[in-house]
Amino acid sequence: MPERAAFAPQYASVPHRDNTAELGMWVFIATEVLLFGGLILAYFVYRHAFLQGFAEGSRHTDIVIGTTNTAVLLTSSFLVAWAVEVFSPDTARLSAWLLTGAACLGLFFIVLKGIEYSKEYDEHLVPGVDFQFAGPLANGVQLFFIFYFVATAIHALHMLIGICLLTTLAAICRKAPTARHHTALHSAALYWHFVDVVWIFLFALIYLPGRSSS
Amino acid sequence: MTERRPPLPLVGAWLGLLALLALTVTLAYVPLGAGNAIVALSIGTIKAGLVAAIFMELRHRSGLTLVFAGAGLFWLGILLWLGLMDFMTRT
Amino acid sequence: MSETNYLTTDYTLRSWFLTTDHKRIAILYFASLIFFFFIGGAAATVIRIELATPQGDLVSSDTYNRLFTMHGIIMVWFFLIPSIPNTLGNFVVPLMIGARDLAFPRLNLMSWYIFMLGGCTTLFAIFAGGIDTGWTFYTPFSTLYSNSYVILAAAGVFIAGFSSILTGLNFIVSIHRLRAPGLTWYRLPLFLWSLYATSVILVLATPVLAITLLLIATERFFGVGIFDPRIGGDPLLFQHLFWFYSHPAVYIMILPGMGVINELISCFSRKEVFGYKFVAWASLAIAAVGFLVWGHHMFVSGQSLVASLVFSFMSFIVAVPSAIKVFNWTATLHKGLLRFDAPMLYALGFIGLFTIGGLTGLFLACLAYDVHATDTYFVVAHFHYIMVGGMVTAYFGGLHYWWPKITGRLYSEHWARAAAVLIFFGFNLTFFPQFILGAEGMPRRYHIYPPEFQVWNVLSSGGAAILALAYLMPLFYLGYSAFFGPRAPANPWDAPGLEWQTSSPPPEHNFATQPVVTRKPYQYNRNFQAEPQNA
Repeated sequence: MPERAAFAPQYASVPHRDNTAELGMWVFIATEVLLFGGLILAYFVYRHAFLQGFAEGSRHTDIVIGTTNTAVLLTSSFLVAWAVEVFSPDTARLSAWLLTGAACLGLFFIVLKGIEYSKEYDEHLVPGVDFQFAGPLANGVQLFFIFYFVATAIHALHMLIGICLLTTLAAICRKAPTARHHTALHSAALYWHFVDVVWIFLFALIYLPGRSSS
Repeated sequence: MTERRPPLPLVGAWLGLLALLALTVTLAYVPLGAGNAIVALSIGTIKAGLVAAIFMELRHRSGLTLVFAGAGLFWLGILLWLGLMDFMTRT
Repeated sequence: MSETNYLTTDYTLRSWFLTTDHKRIAILYFASLIFFFFIGGAAATVIRIELATPQGDLVSSDTYNRLFTMHGIIMVWFFLIPSIPNTLGNFVVPLMIGARDLAFPRLNLMSWYIFMLGGCTTLFAIFAGGIDTGWTFYTPFSTLYSNSYVILAAAGVFIAGFSSILTGLNFIVSIHRLRAPGLTWYRLPLFLWSLYATSVILVLATPVLAITLLLIATERFFGVGIFDPRIGGDPLLFQHLFWFYSHPAVYIMILPGMGVINELISCFSRKEVFGYKFVAWASLAIAAVGFLVWGHHMFVSGQSLVASLVFSFMSFIVAVPSAIKVFNWTATLHKGLLRFDAPMLYALGFIGLFTIGGLTGLFLACLAYDVHATDTYFVVAHFHYIMVGGMVTAYFGGLHYWWPKITGRLYSEHWARAAAVLIFFGFNLTFFPQFILGAEGMPRRYHIYPPEFQVWNVLSSGGAAILALAYLMPLFYLGYSAFFGPRAPANPWDAPGLEWQTSSPPPEHNFATQPVVTRKPYQYNRNFQAEPQNA
């Protein structure tokens, strides 16, 4: 496949450039871990203080949507990993389809999330907008839902960025992919998988507590 | 010949992740007391490990990349450890 | 000088604002930081004028709150944190590792635009009316009560944080991947070790600040109670999150300075840095242990006693690697052929001021003494000794040292030495009295104080006037030299580092041929002549 400018002058070779890019992506992911880390600390601090309230709040989330979304995201990650694995000039069309599929699953996730948000709005569970919850657990439930909305909103923002990346790469795959784009695809894939990992933990923290008791 | 089918480890990881998801949701409804949280987070960690090792190709990577991938987690550990220390030891 | 260098390749504005050359981006940062430095300095000037008298006769208490907040936010996030890394670091990192640019030049340019966007947002918040929370944004004041532009200022800092992250990422990856052949880790100049340690902090701490500011903005905007004790929230959680970033950030504001000092001390003593490996690992140790000490900002906040004890103990530990550095610098001076050029004067000033700043830090790490000193001028004096006495002094030292490389011109040594001495005296006169004020119990952040504190305050304000004058001097003689100074040779200090083995100013891609490194840094022969790293 034709390479235009092979690589920037600070690199010695194409592989040198590629694994430098991958390393950079991992540093970026470490940064992102700490971004969500601050929220996770807040979660554990308040869960420690309001164990019952957090369990109660969790029971008010929609586990069907939560579980479906997890499955959707895991599947889209699988499609992206597949696309990275088979990427070559001959299979560009397949890669394009896989990426499009992954992006569509991502959009599906966002839509389900929106439905869930609107349900919570109807149940008056949105702190700062419309929150009504009676009883001794109200403080804990409110803190739970603040965490819920902040964490899932930031996660959804990451998803939207990821969807844009995947869509762009799908378009490139359809037109004229080069070896350079393999690096780009690989970096975008790392990002997408990371967003997936974040969700795996958010799922465990948000939807699962308090299910076995009432 | 160009390979179009997904490699087996990818398919395995995908199916394994879905199975773990089913398992963790099921176990969440089994009353285990404080054990529920431990189970949920342990299964979450295994799932994240699968994604990192297979989808993110960490199993093919050597030293430096692993260190970089671990650094974020290590520092997250510091944040949680010292951050929670205060709240856990309040009198 | 017929060949083109990075400054003469293209003169258009476009070639500056769309450049991906790390050297030009360093200049963009340099110009922006001068601007922010003088804005932050202007606020400090008004503060010191107000404090010359015990009454509040110049500004109201509300204006005063906004002034010290403006001073803190601008100086911390828009001057100190980017100061050495983004100007000197950006310029010399690729040169020192023998690379043609940083690993991600476009990200580097992007980081400058992000920085400027954050800076403009913050400036807008300041000129729209200001912020009165102090640079620490403590809740619940910032979220519930403050009647000022908290969200806008937080947004500016939030945005600027991403520029820090990108710079840190670029340095880490570049130092790992772009080193010249033969340049092993133990052959790296110590400036790079310290920038590497700084970058680790930038990358791992800044995101926690980002999320914390986001939570503040959310609480303030939606009126929810994330940190509001009335509905069960805990303001101390905010302090933990904030200091998880901001204490390591203190090391962002000193480690690069320590790195510069290694270069200066070695070059002007004509000797290898004593105990290279210890100094190198001390940088990383400071960065790592720096993450374990944040609770010493919260001794009187009501955190648990166990937490206070652990954080106090850890804070004492940080003194060990810091002391290693100071001892090793003095050992480097021993039996060296000392040359007291301006950069060396700054370096010697740094050692003294940093030592005072560091030792008074130990006072504050003591649980019992800290109860007395918390929120007094003792704390103010302590951290100004580190950040201004340490970092700003190192910044000026490094700037003078690499000035011939950056501009290709020589500055007036005469004026430079005068400024260095004046800064040292002005600084001590400004801040030493504040230790006494603090020990006597004068609280910070008040513009009215009992008359018995006036003597020390007048001394401090007088020192500030000298300091302000001294900080203005380089603007003139360095500015003059950039256009009219005599041409600099490639290696005016006869230093062995790779950055001195290319022309001054360097060509667009730094080196005509890829340098190959054959020896450790800081090597001088028996006649005290430098042995270049690549010869």
